[in-house]
Amino acid sequence: MSKLYTGAEIVFKCLEDQGVKFIFGYPGGAVLPIYDELKNHKSIKHILARHEQGAGHAAEGYARSSGKPGIVLVTSGPGATNVVTALTDAYMDSVPLVCISGQVPTHLIGTDAFQECDTTGITRPCTKHNWLVKDVKDLAKTIHKAFEVAITGRPGPVLVDIPKDIQFNKYSYSKPKKQKKLNGKTHNFYSQKEIDELIKLITKAKKPVIYSGGGVINSGIEASQLLRELVDETGFPITSTLQGLGAYPGDDNQFLGMLGMHGTYEANNAMHDCDLMINVGARFDDRITGKIDEFSPKSKKVHIDIDPSSINKNVKVDLAIVGDVSSVLKNIIKTLKKEKPNFSKSNKSNISKWWEQIQKWRSVNSLGYINSEESIKPQYAVQRLYELTKNKDTFITTEVGQHQMWAAQHYKFDKPNRWMTSGGLGTMGYGLPAAVGVQIANPNKLVIDIAGEASVLMTMQEMSTAVQYSLPIKIFILNNEYMGMVRQWQELLHDKNYSESYTAALPDFVKLAEAYGCVGIRAKTPEELDDKIIEMINTDRPVIFDCLVDKVENCFPMIPSGKPHNQMILGPKDQEENKITGKGKSLV
Amino acid sequence: MSKARSAYSISSKKEKFDTHIIVVWVDNEAGVLARIAGLFSGRGYNIESLAVAEVDKKLNISRITIVTTGTPQVINQIRLQLKKLVPVHNVADFKREDKQVIFKEMALLKVVGKNGKRENALKACKKFNPVILDKTKNSYVIQITALRREIDKMIVNLKKYGLVSVSRTGAVAMTRGSEIFK
Repeated sequence: MSKLYTGAEIVFKCLEDQGVKFIFGYPGGAVLPIYDELKNHKSIKHILARHEQGAGHAAEGYARSSGKPGIVLVTSGPGATNVVTALTDAYMDSVPLVCISGQVPTHLIGTDAFQECDTTGITRPCTKHNWLVKDVKDLAKTIHKAFEVAITGRPGPVLVDIPKDIQFNKYSYSKPKKQKKLNGKTHNFYSQKEIDELIKLITKAKKPVIYSGGGVINSGIEASQLLRELVDETGFPITSTLQGLGAYPGDDNQFLGMLGMHGTYEANNAMHDCDLMINVGARFDDRITGKIDEFSPKSKKVHIDIDPSSINKNVKVDLAIVGDVSSVLKNIIKTLKKEKPNFSKSNKSNISKWWEQIQKWRSVNSLGYINSEESIKPQYAVQRLYELTKNKDTFITTEVGQHQMWAAQHYKFDKPNRWMTSGGLGTMGYGLPAAVGVQIANPNKLVIDIAGEASVLMTMQEMSTAVQYSLPIKIFILNNEYMGMVRQWQELLHDKNYSESYTAALPDFVKLAEAYGCVGIRAKTPEELDDKIIEMINTDRPVIFDCLVDKVENCFPMIPSGKPHNQMILGPKDQEENKITGKGKSLV
Repeated sequence: MSKARSAYSISSKKEKFDTHIIVVWVDNEAGVLARIAGLFSGRGYNIESLAVAEVDKKLNISRITIVTTGTPQVINQIRLQLKKLVPVHNVADFKREDKQVIFKEMALLKVVGKNGKRENALKACKKFNPVILDKTKNSYVIQITALRREIDKMIVNLKKYGLVSVSRTGAVAMTRGSEIFK
């Protein structure tokens, strides 16, 4: 008979064998045996969050910046319900998380026991899969399976609910089954025929565009390299979704910027007018497509995705290639090189007119804004932050709202896994805890959360975590005292009825920083901004940076809802012509 | 700019709905039906009827037959979303009009009334393999197997013959001939 271990020991043996280094969690009654066991496993470090949602987002930040799954450990009842937002966020953005939750002892399940909730029931729609372990014999097998589900195919969150008695019960431990070398075959359902078809489309295209997404990042660093190679080999223009930023260098000439609701004029018009659209690991989200009926009407659409259910979900495509982005891109490049050596040169004249058109759109300079000498424009703040940090390997997280879009527009990424933002779920309060996780995974790197004052207050308590573990994260708040995006929509669509979008009582962020035991910096004028940013970068402790920006600046360009890509509002001037007057006008 | 007072676009297309029968093989484990039903309700798909039972005790496999309606795009999504669930082994999808597949539902009908009336009821059921499961002085319990719309019709017809209670299953399906769809 092999050695017997308690359920709690088995949990840690599993985590060790899965190569886990960090757990983000919060203790409570139903997970005490697991917490008790923590002391015996020195290779695993526990990061104590201040709220389970914070633990979840921190694990997401860790996962997205490291490419490894994030581990969350919470107690039953409120511990589990608090982590639901983070699980849903991870599900929407395909982030691999393994959440272990405690549960009341099996004999009390269903009796409305103290801190009992139907955790697997609640988290069923927001995880790839979840398990309630009712027998210690199943524990090791279940946890190993959980890791496998979280990281294979399209990654996502999973949850293992372990009743307290199971954590005490004893059974032998079983190691994870050796993964058969599948060469990723299980998720590649495409054939050379489809690749050949794509090559045909590529060689015929007069107005091509590559549209890449988060799938490229999730596929690993190699995928980003291959994407760059493909763009280089074809000479095609490329645009990216919010989640795909960093897969292709943001300052490259072939890059058209982000597309979608707040994407650039050139990217959206290229998408609308193209004759060939190659979607690489993106999912035709509604923030990208705008009005579906008028989405890119004249193009052949190719969709490369690992998830078969992403194909034809929102947009009907002409050619679907189901597989891992790395594998598909490798095949495309190989075939292209073989059949059309020097394609980008020979094809140059074929798409030169298209590039001319793109340059015309580019010259509109849709990300332009009217700068001011009196007040800090939020776009200017992000631009300065970019210029002053671009030579460091900087990691950026964001909250959700206007600041997020300005960050996406004006901060140029040139590497994958450097940009962590809540895109699918749009979770305000994501950025600060995510920064905690990013800093854990990248100890000596500069980690900045570009934040809004409203979002950041939702998870502000995690500053305490940052201080506890000496994580020198920088919280760069674009403070306009409004829920900026809500205010913008109210201005544009609800006759400037700013219902409840102004925060009348905000904390003094500098004093708040001091209260947490970190450093507070405030910038009020454009003149002092650079010095203050440099001061922030040079501070080796957590910083809350209160950047007081123009209160009524709007985020442009913008595709208004229900409009196709070629009907964008470009800026305050355009807005005026569209008969929207008022505060926006006074900015001009 | 016309005012679309929403952060979302409004769909202007109306597509035709088809009825499909989806057969799903799943691990017979706790919560599996909730996963399937939750997928349908969460994504706004319809369930017209549902039949579930274990079909392989050794392999612990249950077979779920779901009748649903949707546009071709939605039906395709249902199939692909189901396939993503961990306990789902296989998914098959048939159009209701498919001649290669047999669909059947069973209904239990309780008819109360005088002898003549009850006999009329039984006669009306003749086409649908009626079996009398219970007989008393003034009642019958009749079992019939038929298509959904046939049973619908029978229920209306039998009202005049003293039908007082109906219990029916969801549809189950099987292909014709020697082929199996697994």
